[in-house]
Amino acid sequence: MTDETGARSRPPTHTAWRWALIGLAVAGFAAAFGYVAGWLAPGRLTPHRLVNAVAANGGEHAGFRRNHAKGVCVAGRFEASGALAGFSTAPLFAAGTSTPVVGRFAVPGSNPYAADSSVPIRSLALRFDLPDGEQWRTGMNAMAMFPVATPQAFYALQLATHADPATGKPDPAKTKAFFESHPETAPFLAWVKTAKPSASYASETYRSINAFYLRDAAGDRHAVRWAMVPEQPAEGDGGPAAGDTDYLAADLGKRLAAGPLRWHLQMVFAVPGDAVDDATRAWPDDRRMVDAGTLVLTSSQPQADGPCRDVNYDPTILPRGIETSDDPLLAARSATYADSYLRRTSEEAHVPGTKHPGEDKR
Amino acid sequence: MSRSDTFHPFARVLHWLMALMILTMLFVGAGMVSTVETKHDWLLAIHKPLGITIFVLALIRLGFRLTHPAPPLPVDMPLWQKLAAHASHWLLYALMIALPLIGWGMLSAGNYPVTLGGGLLLPPILPSDPLVFAWLREAHRYLAWLFFLTFLAHMGAALMHGLIRRDGVLQSMTGGRTPD
Ligand code: HEM
Ligand code: HEM
Repeated sequence: MTDETGARSRPPTHTAWRWALIGLAVAGFAAAFGYVAGWLAPGRLTPHRLVNAVAANGGEHAGFRRNHAKGVCVAGRFEASGALAGFSTAPLFAAGTSTPVVGRFAVPGSNPYAADSSVPIRSLALRFDLPDGEQWRTGMNAMAMFPVATPQAFYALQLATHADPATGKPDPAKTKAFFESHPETAPFLAWVKTAKPSASYASETYRSINAFYLRDAAGDRHAVRWAMVPEQPAEGDGGPAAGDTDYLAADLGKRLAAGPLRWHLQMVFAVPGDAVDDATRAWPDDRRMVDAGTLVLTSSQPQADGPCRDVNYDPTILPRGIETSDDPLLAARSATYADSYLRRTSEEAHVPGTKHPGEDKR
Repeated sequence: MSRSDTFHPFARVLHWLMALMILTMLFVGAGMVSTVETKHDWLLAIHKPLGITIFVLALIRLGFRLTHPAPPLPVDMPLWQKLAAHASHWLLYALMIALPLIGWGMLSAGNYPVTLGGGLLLPPILPSDPLVFAWLREAHRYLAWLFFLTFLAHMGAALMHGLIRRDGVLQSMTGGRTPD
């Protein structure tokens, strides 16, 4: 050991400055951590704030997803055609491969008791379980494009459409101001005017909306979006009876009892110049499409105890051969779905400070 | 080469390498869960492989530490400071092993594929169970904060040894000359 008496015999000079230096080092690290963690950056849009804003419209319901809260589990398989194998090394696209799928149909909004007709949009989320332990998770919406391109704009959209406590309706002036200052919403607004709530999950086309890259065996990448196109035709009339608010799950159960439902996974390839990082801009209809295979859904289960309940359909969980694009919505979805997933699983686990799912009331 | 008043050179290299990695991890972790920007994705892509590397290095380091005793603390250090030093060192060892294990375990319990990039996939170490996921995910956060607080205390104490007491304890890890 050092010569103790020697070390102690010479007391350090400028002791106050030395203590100050130590204090500064500790405080400096603490402040840097506080900034990075967001505590000292109150203006930052954190996943938590964004989820709060998304959930505010339909309220927070313990144990439920903070968006697309109303839904139903489905199960089945994906049968590859082999046509995509040349574009992506993901094993599930090899000809003749059948991959088990756990999925979920849902209606956007944070209220699990909302009427099926409350929005003209349905969604389909899928988890493909590959044999080697890899997974492909995707959440698709039955719409042509997204209203906004960035998480910041999505946040502003939520705030602009929050129900005014006085009227129970969004403030039209605020909503108008938002859309006027966000011209990128125009294609969506035009689309949504023509959209009607469908009477069935089975006849919808579900789209990735965000772009991704496929990576082929040579290492080249291809910008794509995809669509799940139904074999089931849209029903002319015979829609739900007036006053029926929960027709979608019932319709699905009835159809599945009669036999499997099928969709084709159509990969849509971008051409140079197509927006790969902007979900508000749909690609023209004439883009090359490759039919990657058939999604065959064979059964449905209520989400309360079905296998899809505790799945986070984070669209950035991808197998080798599929990669994220620069679309800024993808990282935001990953971050916010994780936050929503932790909220609902913590509520199920009765982590102190959380509401218990059983206490949730309409 | 190794003197009895300094740590073995291998221990010193591991110490400073891991100090850098762990500090990076704490900042990467805190940063990635507080942003919705694209950096969320690439920070997470760094977080998992770096965390597993820390886990492997921590096991090697613990094995080395158990077979190569640390230089003794100065005899004139008050007992409470010695106890605090020993307790905090073992806490740091416990955290650098537990935190990556919890990270790996919580992803397993959440039924996530534990991907490390480059096609590397770790097997699950726990059966899928959302309740276990929730508890481990909360534990990962609070233990990470405890890790950061322990680091602050550790760094403050090391600087106190080097700047105030000047008793050679800091030099036992920096490897520089002890004050004479
Ligand atoms: C920044 C923009 C977005 C935010 C903040 C957001 C937020 C959320 C949240 C919090 C959930 C619940 C997640 C869970 O608890 O598992 C969710 C579900 C979902 N989102 Fe998004 N979302 C965004 C963009 C999109 C886009 C562009 C699509 C387009 C396809 C989409 C499709 C879905 C689908 C299909 C689900 C339901 C998944 C399921 O059934 O579990 N979202 N969203
Ligand atoms: C020394 C090792 C590690 C340290 C210091 C560390 C630190 C952290 C911190 C500070 C957070 C943010 C917690 C919060 O505020 O909620 C975090 C989150 C996380 N960590 Fe770690 N971690 C370590 C190892 C690992 C490992 C080995 C894995 C997985 C293989 C992992 C996976 C994760 C995940 C998935 C998240 C949360 C992401 C999200 O919810 O969006 N960590 N970690």
